[in-house]
Amino acid sequence: MLLELKNLSKSFGAVVVAADVSLAVEDGEALGIIGPNGAGKSSVFNLVSGTLEPDSGSVLLDGADVTREPPRRRVLAGIGRSHQIPLPFEHLTVFENTVVAACFGTGAKEDAARDRVVEILHMTKLLPKANLPAGALTLLERKRLEMTRALATGPKLLLLDEIAGGLTEGECQELVATIQEIRADGMTIIWIEHVTHALLAVVDRLVALDFGKIIAEGAPREVMNSESVQRIYMGVD
Amino acid sequence: MIWVDTIVQGIMLGGLYALFATGLSLIFGIMRLVNLAHGDFMVLGAFAVLVGVEALGLGIIASAILAGGFMFVVGYVLQHLLLNRTLGEDLLPPLLVTFGLSIIIQNGLLEGFSADTRRLKAGGFEEVSVQLGSVSIGAMPLLTFFSAVVVILLLNWLFYKTETGRAFRATSDDPITAQLMGIDNNRIFSLAMALAMVVVAIAGLFLGARATFDPLIGPSRLIFAFEAVIIGGLGSLWGTLAGGVILGLAQAIGAQINPEWQTLAGHIVFLAVLIVRPRGLFPRMTG
Repeated sequence: MLLELKNLSKSFGAVVVAADVSLAVEDGEALGIIGPNGAGKSSVFNLVSGTLEPDSGSVLLDGADVTREPPRRRVLAGIGRSHQIPLPFEHLTVFENTVVAACFGTGAKEDAARDRVVEILHMTKLLPKANLPAGALTLLERKRLEMTRALATGPKLLLLDEIAGGLTEGECQELVATIQEIRADGMTIIWIEHVTHALLAVVDRLVALDFGKIIAEGAPREVMNSESVQRIYMGVD
Repeated sequence: MIWVDTIVQGIMLGGLYALFATGLSLIFGIMRLVNLAHGDFMVLGAFAVLVGVEALGLGIIASAILAGGFMFVVGYVLQHLLLNRTLGEDLLPPLLVTFGLSIIIQNGLLEGFSADTRRLKAGGFEEVSVQLGSVSIGAMPLLTFFSAVVVILLLNWLFYKTETGRAFRATSDDPITAQLMGIDNNRIFSLAMALAMVVVAIAGLFLGARATFDPLIGPSRLIFAFEAVIIGGLGSLWGTLAGGVILGLAQAIGAQINPEWQTLAGHIVFLAVLIVRPRGLFPRMTG
């Protein structure tokens, strides 16, 4: 098991963002997470990447307990994350953004990291923008940069937070192809996404969250068709 | 002709102020820390050179190198053990702590070196001057200006061409995200302070070699450093050099009109820039 979440709970006062969440992700698996806004999807990522400390429960990576490890250690341990709201280093170029992630995320020297950076930029289709300051990118390109940087840190586990929203149909297909390509290299992926058809094209398994609770889990089609998910998404009583 | 001379002297003086200001600008740019003890650290650097010359009997260059190493260690340790703990959303704790450091350094130096006025002797180099047409420029002011340019060139090279420099810039942009890229902020900040302290030691060297100093002159030099940084605009080291030159020119021209107006003229230009361009003349930083 690459990632195991055991009985994770977190609340801010009366707002519960994770209620006894238990989840296991196998090596090489692609897991999708769906749920309405405010269901606690991004909070699960925060708990996994370490920017949020749980009130109780634990996070295990490769069998080792990382619950008390700070975010930086988890990056080095192999958790790469792209944020729903992109946070590029605006004064650095796209290339520099990626090089920083590649050098400090893996401990590689710049010369060694350079080829890999070019390869990743090519894969995420940002190579033509490599020498632009990240502050000049459009929102969609910033989201790609988020994924690019996450990949550059050399993760075993890639956390993708809503990167398909706002894309045209063609762009969305391109993105799905890119993620499938990353997956084919053996990467374990957890993907939070509202654009369900993109998600279903990639993931093997689906988890639905609502009010911080797992309300459905299993094969994608079954979860999508389950009564609890239908109720949330279709307004069925 | 006297005006050409005044302008040249003003530009050279600006080189000194740029050296004063570079360490301050560097630290504020990378970690948003306003170091109120910056002037006192320059005085500490000058005393470190003095110890090398007078107590260890070394030459001034060897002493300066030793002082640079000493200040590097002081900067790293101080940032690592103390200042990193003060950084956060609130800007007040680092202000208070560095203000405290300022008092500690002044009193420590008073205790160790007395209130006597000192000067670093550069073996007659102070007397040498270069004749350019009808203007004569002191070799020491010229070297100061040249050093400021070299320091800024080296720092820019470090920032834009090296891995550590990129980490400085990334952390400056967004310290939280930098950690998510695997950057150890505390180490980066400690390195930045160590580096800034080397620049401070160079500033201290010229501070002591061009004029007299005593343990209590730090705060007044800090004001000049601040003015140079603000006039130039935050975030750009070349802007800081320009800010230093403008301040130096203002003081030289002010002194030419009336010797009592030297610092006053500098303050007036500083205020004028603040009114017309509150973000300085060449700002790089946004938000």
